[in-house]
Amino acid sequence: MNQNYLNIAREGLWDNNVVFVQMLALCPTMAVTSTATHGLGMGLATMVVLTLSNLLISAVRHWVSPEVRIPVYVVFIATLVTLVDMSLNAWAHELHKVLGLFIALIVVNCAILGRAEAFASKVGISEAIVDGLMMGLGFTLALVTIGAVREILGSGTLFTEAHLLLGEMFAFLELTLIHEYKGFLLMILPPGGFLTLGFLLAGKRVLETRLSTVVTVPQQVSV
Amino acid sequence: MAIGEIAMKLAKLRGKLSYQTILLGSVTLLTSGVLAVANYLTQEAIQAAEMQDIKHTLVQVLPIQYDNDLLQDTVILPGIDGNLLTVYRARQRKQVVAVVFQVSQFGYAGPVVLMMGISRTGEVLGVRVLKHSETPGLGDKIELAKNNWILSFNGRSLTNPVTTQWQVKKDGGVFDQFTGATITPRAVVRAVKQGLEFFTAHQAEFL
Repeated sequence: MNQNYLNIAREGLWDNNVVFVQMLALCPTMAVTSTATHGLGMGLATMVVLTLSNLLISAVRHWVSPEVRIPVYVVFIATLVTLVDMSLNAWAHELHKVLGLFIALIVVNCAILGRAEAFASKVGISEAIVDGLMMGLGFTLALVTIGAVREILGSGTLFTEAHLLLGEMFAFLELTLIHEYKGFLLMILPPGGFLTLGFLLAGKRVLETRLSTVVTVPQQVSV
Repeated sequence: MAIGEIAMKLAKLRGKLSYQTILLGSVTLLTSGVLAVANYLTQEAIQAAEMQDIKHTLVQVLPIQYDNDLLQDTVILPGIDGNLLTVYRARQRKQVVAVVFQVSQFGYAGPVVLMMGISRTGEVLGVRVLKHSETPGLGDKIELAKNNWILSFNGRSLTNPVTTQWQVKKDGGVFDQFTGATITPRAVVRAVKQGLEFFTAHQAEFL
C-alpha cells in the first residue's frame, strides 16, 4: 500500500509531471511564470483546487454514469474554483488580492479535469487526495522552475514580491542576482516561456537518459 | 442492504437515460445551491473587505487634511461610462476641498479600475489602482506596491501638461510607458485624463 502512494508521488512529481510530461495546463503556465513568485502562487492555488476536486470526484465516482461524466466534472471543478475564490475573498482578503488573478485562471487548467478523468474517477478517496497533492506539488515545482529561469534571465531577479504572497517574513527570498541589469524582455513575454519550457524538457530527457544508462550498465556487466 | 447490492443497483440504474438526465440536473441544482449559500455567507465579508479597501485607497489618494467622513458625504452622478458614479467629497470647515471617484478604462486584459483624488483647483492629488487583470510582471507595474509609476500623476491637471501631451511617451506625451507594456499605461493615462475632464464638466454639482 505504501509502495502505491510512493508511486503516486513519483508520478506526480517527476514521471508524469503535469507540465513536463503530460504537457497540460500550458496556458496558465505561460501566463504566470514571468516570475518565480507568481509561479509559486499559481502552483499552490492549483494544488488546493486539484486536491479538493480529486477528493470530490473520487467520492461520487460510483454515482456518475460515464455518458455524462465530463459535464459533471466540469460543473464540480467550476464550483470548487468559485467557492475557493469567494471564501478567500471574504476571509483572507489580503491573500486574495495577490492570488485572485491566479484563481480565476485555474478554471482553464485542463490538468484538473485531466486528473479527474484519468485518475480520481477510478480510485479510492485517499489515493485521489495523495494524487491531487502530488500532481499539484509537481505542477508547483515546474512553475517555480520555469518562473525562476525566466525571471533571472528576463529581469535579473529571483522571487521578487515574495513578501506580497508569503508575508513580510519571506522578504529575504527576494534577490537581485544581476545588478544594473537592463532586462531581456523576450524571456518575460510568452515566447520566453515556451523557450524555457523547451530547454527544460530537453534537459529532463537528457538527465533521464543519463540516469537510465547509469542504472543499466551494471546489469549488462552481470549478464 | 449490502454494499455490493447497492453497487449492482447503481450499475443498472446508471445505464438509463433518465438517470443521466436526473443526475446532471441534480448536480447542477446542487452546485448552484451550494454557490448561492456560499454567496450569501461571504457577501457581507467581501463587501466589508472591499469597503476597507476603498477607505484605505481614499486615504492614499487624499494626502490632505479633511474633517468629514468621506464614505457618508457622497454625490451620485451619471458617470463617464453611463453608469452611476459615486463621488466622495472631502471637506474642511464645510467647504469641499477635494473629491474622490473611480474611473476605469479597458486595459490589455480587462478593465483597469482606478481611484483618483482631485483637489478643488483641479489638480490630481493621487491615483491608485483598485482592480486590474494585466499581465503579471509587465502591466501590473501600475500598482504602487510594484512600481512608483502611478505617482507620476500627482500634481498634474488638464493644463499641466496640455491636453495633447496627456499620453504615454510613445504616443508623443509626457508619461512613461513600461518595457513590454504600452497598452496598460496608455489606458491608465486615458482614464485619469477622462477623470479630470469629468471633474471639470461637473464641478458645479459637487463643489
